[in-house]
Amino acid sequence: MRLSRRIWGKVVHVLVITVFTVLLAFPFYWMVITSFKQNVDLYTMENNPFVFNAKPTLDHLKFLFTETRFVRWLANTTFVGIVVVAITLVLAVPAAYSLARLSGRWGERLGIAIFLTYLVPQTLLFIPLSRVVAYLGLQDSLWALILVYPSFTVPFSIWLLMGFFKSIPKELEDAAMVDGLTRFGAFAKMVIPISTSGILTVVIFTFTLVTQEFVYALTFISSESNQMIGTGIPIFLVRGDVYYWGALMAACLIASLPIAFLYNLFLDRFIAGFTVGAVK
Amino acid sequence: MAIARAKIKSVGAAQSPLLGAAMFTPAVLYILLLVAGPFSLAIFYAFSDARIGNTEMHYVGLENFRSILKSPSFRIAIRNSFIFTICSQIVVIVGANILAIALEKTFRGRGFIRFLILLPWVAPIALGAIGWKWILDSIYSVISWVLVALHFYKPFNAPMWLGEPHLAIASVLLVHSWRLMPFSTVILLAGRTAIPKDIPEAAAVDGAGFWRTQFQIIIPMMRPILSVAVLFGLIFTFTDMTVVYILTAGGPFDSTQTLPSLAFAMGIQGSDLAAGAAISLFLVPLLIIIAYFMLRVAHRAEVN
Repeated sequence: MRLSRRIWGKVVHVLVITVFTVLLAFPFYWMVITSFKQNVDLYTMENNPFVFNAKPTLDHLKFLFTETRFVRWLANTTFVGIVVVAITLVLAVPAAYSLARLSGRWGERLGIAIFLTYLVPQTLLFIPLSRVVAYLGLQDSLWALILVYPSFTVPFSIWLLMGFFKSIPKELEDAAMVDGLTRFGAFAKMVIPISTSGILTVVIFTFTLVTQEFVYALTFISSESNQMIGTGIPIFLVRGDVYYWGALMAACLIASLPIAFLYNLFLDRFIAGFTVGAVK
Repeated sequence: MAIARAKIKSVGAAQSPLLGAAMFTPAVLYILLLVAGPFSLAIFYAFSDARIGNTEMHYVGLENFRSILKSPSFRIAIRNSFIFTICSQIVVIVGANILAIALEKTFRGRGFIRFLILLPWVAPIALGAIGWKWILDSIYSVISWVLVALHFYKPFNAPMWLGEPHLAIASVLLVHSWRLMPFSTVILLAGRTAIPKDIPEAAAVDGAGFWRTQFQIIIPMMRPILSVAVLFGLIFTFTDMTVVYILTAGGPFDSTQTLPSLAFAMGIQGSDLAAGAAISLFLVPLLIIIAYFMLRVAHRAEVN
């Protein structure tokens, strides 16, 4: 009786994991198989779509890398990502440190206020921002994105880093200051070097947020060569009404896997940022 | 030493406020300029007749809101926004709880399984949504192929998943749930691992079965973390326009339009900035309610 119950439990466990994994990962499996199928295979309705009915092909990848601006979009995204990461660090690291060390409840309250601005969605701000971008002469320029993206990467980064800095004992800086460093010197020479893992978390988080953004990139950028991956792939890999599904799926796969991998490595820390206070 | 400490303290107190302010002011200014600024501008536009390509602007009072409230597309959009947000949240919370229980046990290959399960959340949603667009294709949909193979439909007779209003709504709902499920799962998992192991063990000793332990002990203990998952989930779905824009662009016949996607269609594609701004302002009440509940969760944690 006991034993059969345990076996049942195991079966249910395996079943639950399998069903959820298949449902959640299926679109990515579908991207893989579509990327390598010949068009005759893809567009014959009698074919079993789960298997290769004709020889696998690299044609879609070739098309993607030679006939489209895909590489350019990857480069644009990387460029914007790196600059936004730099701006975010410059703004968020000192701010988070000073809020973490601010006496009394005010640091905490200001931190929460800043965190709440992260909840103001792009879909509320993109219309006025499109006007601001036009006024600054930045339409269809990657600099428009570089200007605007820190508005959502900085709040969450401050929030993540505040938690991080609070875990560093104050005595460390006091000791450094006794040794003759100024407060800022103690921050720059003592606190930052031991915070590299927190800072790295912010770097990865900011970069992935940039690659995932869609609304601003769609609104501010119009020309094909200035697209980010998130907008270039859905908009410019479709010519008229013709969908190049093989190339589209290959592009989605190539662009999303590295981002997914990076994000996954640091996920637990981001989640800790979301759940501060609710988990003890 | 004591004197040195005291001296440091006084020096610190004397110079810290200035230095502290200097360190967080740039960030606060940036956020104010790029969040509070445009937000005020959105309110301002909503009461004006601003259009793309027209530099002149006049105050028109509630005119925009009056015409929006009369428009059938707007009513559909507001209805859809709530349908998508609430229904996907129900699917997600039920699914994420089950999945979090299953993932709590250690087993071989858990790291890899976790990566697969997380893909919908960690990959850019615009790209995941294109994957779905192909899966739900009007002719070559794999779902249709399976249904035809199982003889539910005759060949060429399978439904157009994104072409019929009700099915399109269901499809958008499906993709939203798919996208959010991993996020809620990891949050709930974090909550579960924080519960001391002896609590469920004690319950088992006292004779509580699996379901009783879950529903009467674990889930009540996870209330704060459940609310965090729900609140973020509500915001992410309610304010999202990527899924709808890529899957259906609001169609067929505006039947899947949501507040954000309609704001984009009117404000940017239709050049009517004022109407777009007014529509997007309808997101604000729910955002304020969610922010209020988030502050309550944060406050309770602070008190404890």
